[in-house]
Amino acid sequence: MKQPNSVKDMGKHPGEPLAQINPLEQIPLPPPFDKLEDEPEFAQLSDAAREKYVVLDDTIAVNIEKPKTKEEEDKLVDGFLSGLKKLFSVDDNWTFLQPFEMSMEHCAKCQSCSDACPIYEESGRNELYRPIYRSEILRRIYFKYIKKASPSLHGDINLNWETVARLIELSYRCNVCRRCAQTCPIGVDNALLSREIRKIASMEMGIVPKELHEDGSVLQLKVGSSTGMTTMVVKDNIEFIDEDTAERTGFPIETPFDVQGADILLIHNAGEIMAWPENPGAFATVFEAAGLSWTLSSDAIGYDGINYGVWYDDVQFARVAVRHASIAKKLGVKKIVLGECGHAHKALTVIADKILTGDLNIPRESCMVTLRDIIRSGVLKLDKSRNDFPVSLHDPCNLVRLMGIVSPQREIIDAVVPEGRFREMAPHGVENYCCGGGSGFAIMSGHNFADWRHRMTGRRKFRQILEAFSDESMDPSHMKYLCAPCSNCKGQIRDIIAYYDAFEKAGIYYGGLVELIVNAMVDVQPGFIDWEWH
Amino acid sequence: MTTLVYVVAYLGMVFFLVACIARFMMWSKMPMHVRWELYPVAHEGGGKAAYGGSYLEESDWWTKKREVSLFGELKVMVPEILFLVALREHNKKLWKRSFPFHFGLYMVGGVTALMLVGGLVVGYFPASIAAPIGKIISLVVPFLGGAGLVLGIIGAIGLFMRRRGRELRDYTAPADLFNLVFFIAAFGVALVNFVGFDRDFSMVETFIANLVTFNLVPVGDGTAGMLLALSVVLLTLLTAYIPTTHMSHFIGKYFAYHSIRWSDEPNLAGGKQEKTIHELLSRPVTWSAPHINADGKKSWLDVTLEDQTK
Repeated sequence: MKQPNSVKDMGKHPGEPLAQINPLEQIPLPPPFDKLEDEPEFAQLSDAAREKYVVLDDTIAVNIEKPKTKEEEDKLVDGFLSGLKKLFSVDDNWTFLQPFEMSMEHCAKCQSCSDACPIYEESGRNELYRPIYRSEILRRIYFKYIKKASPSLHGDINLNWETVARLIELSYRCNVCRRCAQTCPIGVDNALLSREIRKIASMEMGIVPKELHEDGSVLQLKVGSSTGMTTMVVKDNIEFIDEDTAERTGFPIETPFDVQGADILLIHNAGEIMAWPENPGAFATVFEAAGLSWTLSSDAIGYDGINYGVWYDDVQFARVAVRHASIAKKLGVKKIVLGECGHAHKALTVIADKILTGDLNIPRESCMVTLRDIIRSGVLKLDKSRNDFPVSLHDPCNLVRLMGIVSPQREIIDAVVPEGRFREMAPHGVENYCCGGGSGFAIMSGHNFADWRHRMTGRRKFRQILEAFSDESMDPSHMKYLCAPCSNCKGQIRDIIAYYDAFEKAGIYYGGLVELIVNAMVDVQPGFIDWEWH
Repeated sequence: MTTLVYVVAYLGMVFFLVACIARFMMWSKMPMHVRWELYPVAHEGGGKAAYGGSYLEESDWWTKKREVSLFGELKVMVPEILFLVALREHNKKLWKRSFPFHFGLYMVGGVTALMLVGGLVVGYFPASIAAPIGKIISLVVPFLGGAGLVLGIIGAIGLFMRRRGRELRDYTAPADLFNLVFFIAAFGVALVNFVGFDRDFSMVETFIANLVTFNLVPVGDGTAGMLLALSVVLLTLLTAYIPTTHMSHFIGKYFAYHSIRWSDEPNLAGGKQEKTIHELLSRPVTWSAPHINADGKKSWLDVTLEDQTK
C-alpha cells in the first residue's frame, strides 16, 4: 500500500499518485466472499487519464486537467484562495458560515474521527483517506495564506497548483456521511469541510464532476430531471408503470397527475421511474388502496426530487429547492411527501428549511411517516407470511443520522415481515454506515471510479450486509432481501451486489420498503417482489 | 513578591474574561445558517433522543408542539463536560490522557474559584460567617488543589507524548506542543510550591484573598515567595493565553452542540425565523463560477430565481 507520509506531500511528487491500494492487502470480506484473490479485478486508471488529469490516487472523480502554462497554474491557486476567503464571508456563505468556521477553528486533531470513517478503515487505514488529512491541508492553507499566521501556530503547507487540484479531488473521496462528525468530542465536522472544498471548486472555480453538475443539477434545472426525462416522457413512463403494476398485482391503479388541491404532492427520485419502476408502482398501489388524496406533478423538476446541489453547491441547491416548493404551491397541496430518496428528504425538509419562506414554506414529510401512518390506520389488509424470507434494513444516512427518522421504517417492517425474519445490521440507526454511494458517488462512474467505490466506500456496507445474513444459508436459491429505502443507496447497493455477483452467488437481493408492503397486501396477487435481477 | 504580580494577576483575569466574552459574542453573533443537525439530538422528547429519533418521525409534525427536553440536554452535557464521554467512547487511548488533564484543570479552576469566594467572604463578611466558611475552604483546597495539579500534569505529559507519537505527529504544530509545555510548566511550578513550601495552600489563599480585597501586600519571602510569584505569573499568563487559541473550544463547543449539532428548530410558516431568512437571501453573492451568474450586486434570491432552462 502506498500512502502519503505527511500532509505536506500534497504539493510534492508531481504527477505521481500519493496513495495506492493493493486489493490483496484489504481486509477480507465475510464468507462466501472471503478470498481476496477471488475478488473481481480492480480496474486500473488508463495511462491516458494519468497523463491528462491531476493524479491523486488509484482513480479520478473530478477530471481536473493538468495546467499547461504558469498562468493556468496560478489560476488554480488564485481561484482556490479567492473561494476560500468567500467561505468566511457572511454574504457568500451565510448558509454554512458558523458550522464551517467552528470546524476550521477547533479541531484538536485527536483522530477520534478516524475509526468512524469506513473509507479510511477499508483502505487499510491509508493516511490519504483519514478524515482530517484533507481538513488539515485546508486549515493550513487558510491560516498560512489567508490569515498570514505563522506556520508554527497551525502547521506548514506548501501551496501550489497540485496541492489545490489534489485537494479538490480528495474532497470527492468522502461520502459526507458525517459519521466522523458524530464521534467528534468537540463537535468538529470534517465531512462538512469536504463539502466546503467542493463548494470552492464549484462556486468559485467552476470545477465539478460532470455527473453532478452538467448531467445533474444543470440538466435537472434545464429539462426537469437529471435523467433527462421531460414531462411527456415521465407521464408516458408512469402510465406504463401503472399498467405493468396493475397486471402484476391485479389491483388497478391510475397515478394522478397535477391534481389541484390534493392533500399530498408525492415527489419521487426520478431514478426510480427509470431504474426501479416497481417502486413508484408500489407507492401508487399503497396510496390508492389507502384512499389518499395525492398527486404527482408533471411540471419540470416537480417529478424529480433529487437535489445534487446538496453535495457541492449552495446556489444550485437553492434553485432546485425553490422550484420544488413553487410547484407544490402552484398545486395548492397541503404537504409534500418525499419518496424513497434520502438526499431529497434532507435537502427539502431540513436544509431548505432555512430558505423557504412565506407561501413557499409548504410542510414536508417523509414517506416513511406517511407509509407508517397508513399501516397504523389498518386500512391495508396485510399478510406477513408473504414476506417469509430474511430481511435486513439499510439506514440511509440522510434519513437517519441527519434527520432522525429511525423508527417508522422499523415499525413498517415489523408490520409486514414475520417475526424472526428481520435482522438489524451492526451498527444501525444513527450509527449506520453509508452505502458507499453517498454525496453523489452512486452516480459517478467515470474512468475506474465505480471500481474504486466498490472497493473502498461500499465495502463496509457490503461487509455489513453479509454479516447481517451470516446466520442464513448463502446458497443462491435461499433468497435474502436487503431493504434500502433510498434511491441513491439502492443504486450503490445494486452496483456492489453486481460487482461481487452476490445475487447469483449468495442470493442477496435488494429493493425498497414500499415494495415489501405491497408484497404483503392481501388485496393484491402474491409475488409482487419477483426476485429477478434487474 | 511585588505589586507587579498582583497587577499581572488582575490583567490576566480581565484579559481572560474579555477574551472569553469576545469569543462568545463572535459565535453568538454569527448569522443563521441552514440546518445541519446530527442525530441523536439530546433534547428530543418523547423518548426519541435515546435512539436518535426526531420530531420528523411524527405525521403532520408542523401542527404539533415539539417536545424539547432541557433535562435531556443536561443528561448528555454534564457527563460530557465532566468526564469527556464522547472521547471515552470513541478514543479510549486519548481519553486516558485527556480526562486527567481536563479534570485536573477543572479541579484547579474550582479551587481557585473557591479561594476567590473565600477571600471575598473573609474580606467582606463578619467573622461569624467568614470563619466557618473559611475553615471549610481551607480544608478542601489543599486536597483538591494538589490532586488537580498532579492530574493536570500527568494528563499534559500523556498528551504531549501522544502528540509526539506516529499517529498525531504530522498533525501537530509547534504551538500544540508549546501549549502542553506551558501547562506542564505552570502546573509544575505550582506543584513544587505546594509540595515544598505551601502544603496547606495558605500562601496561595492569602494571595487570592489579598487580590479580591485589593490588599496588595507581599506574601511569603525567600524561595517560597519567589515560587509563589512565579506560579501566579505563569498560571495567570496561561489563563489569559487559553481563549486566544483553539483551546477556547470550551466556548466553541457550546455553539457546536447548541447552534449546529442540536439545532433542529423548524422554520414554521409565518414564524419568527422568516424575517431573518429574507434578510440573508437579500445579501449579495460574489461567487465567480459562470453558472452562478453573480455580479456582486445580485442577491441570493436573484441568482436562485433566475431562469435556468436556457
